[in-house]
Amino acid sequence: MSPDALLVAEYLGRALYGGAILLIAIGIYAMVARYNLMRVLLGLALVESGVNLFLVAIGFRPEAAAPIIVGGVTDVPMVDPLPQALVLTAIVIGVGVLALAAALLIRVKETYGTLDTREVAKFLAAEPADAAPAAGTAVAGTPARETVNAGSAS
Amino acid sequence: MHGYGRTTASLLFLAGLVVMLYALFQALPFGAAPMQVGQEIVSRAPGETGAANIVTAILLGYRGFDTLGEVTILFVAATAAGLILSGAGAGDLPKAPGGFILKAAADLLFPFLVVLGAYIILHGHLTPGGGFQGGAIMAAAFFIPLLASPTSPLNHSTAALVEGFAGTAFIVIGLASLMWGEAFLTPFLGKGTLGDLFSAGSLPLLYLAIGLKVGSELAGLMARIVEVGGKS
Repeated sequence: MSPDALLVAEYLGRALYGGAILLIAIGIYAMVARYNLMRVLLGLALVESGVNLFLVAIGFRPEAAAPIIVGGVTDVPMVDPLPQALVLTAIVIGVGVLALAAALLIRVKETYGTLDTREVAKFLAAEPADAAPAAGTAVAGTPARETVNAGSAS
Repeated sequence: MHGYGRTTASLLFLAGLVVMLYALFQALPFGAAPMQVGQEIVSRAPGETGAANIVTAILLGYRGFDTLGEVTILFVAATAAGLILSGAGAGDLPKAPGGFILKAAADLLFPFLVVLGAYIILHGHLTPGGGFQGGAIMAAAFFIPLLASPTSPLNHSTAALVEGFAGTAFIVIGLASLMWGEAFLTPFLGKGTLGDLFSAGSLPLLYLAIGLKVGSELAGLMARIVEVGGKS
């Protein structure tokens, strides 16, 4: 292994690990400090990207090829294929989680007229527990529903 | 101002998390992680599965059962999202059709996207890509026309039919290897020549099933969100 390759690997490692930490940090910040549920969801997606980036990065080997055999040559060094297979699974499941969360957000917006957690908490506190928000019925006539109508009329 | 307290607390928490992650990552030498399984798989997978793409060999050959679980999770998520969105969007707004450029581009892109998706699915054991990636491209092929002309919705029953057949095919292939006297989902049908299109036994068939399933599932899911999103 040449010294150049080691140097490249060191800088690449710092960039990739740093990038993963940065993505996770931005995502966590969006999840804990923001009130808009859409931003919380985007934060979740960012954390996921950061973790995936980290997992793929730990499979790196200096001067190694992608784990695909080309032309029957099997004795070249290859990067670790295991994290890649795991991340493929993680990405697919992430898509499922995001889609399900997006569907829930659509219902929240429809029911309460807002995605702000503070506003939703106010409605939840104002409603009696037994009249749980069955979508479209429980909060009909409250300011939330009027906001929705005003929003769709404009 | 109670808002500042929350921000300060989040920033403190974040700083601690970053320091912790940094310390953890420092202990993990880049490019020389102490994992031996991957190199062992790289040396053994071509002879054992016949797939040139080792990620595919892992995903379908060594942990095909996990992949079945993964496909199931995606199916459950898509079903649950469909269930949550059914009946949503009470006040209908008329959906505006896309402009001329979007419509023409959608018609133009459709055959290319379908061919590209099929190529990526069928070459999953030879080149980067596979059933999940190709399936996502296939879903895009059917989703873009929906954005261009929202008045002609996706045929959900056809999508569900394709999805059901593909899911059944995956399990039937798994059961077929039981008939060959192997464990569930063990690759069979012979390995072929490494690097040929018809090689790696049943792995391309499994990827074809996954591709069709993921494609129809994602297309149906995105179509549902668009159908509701155009209303509320």
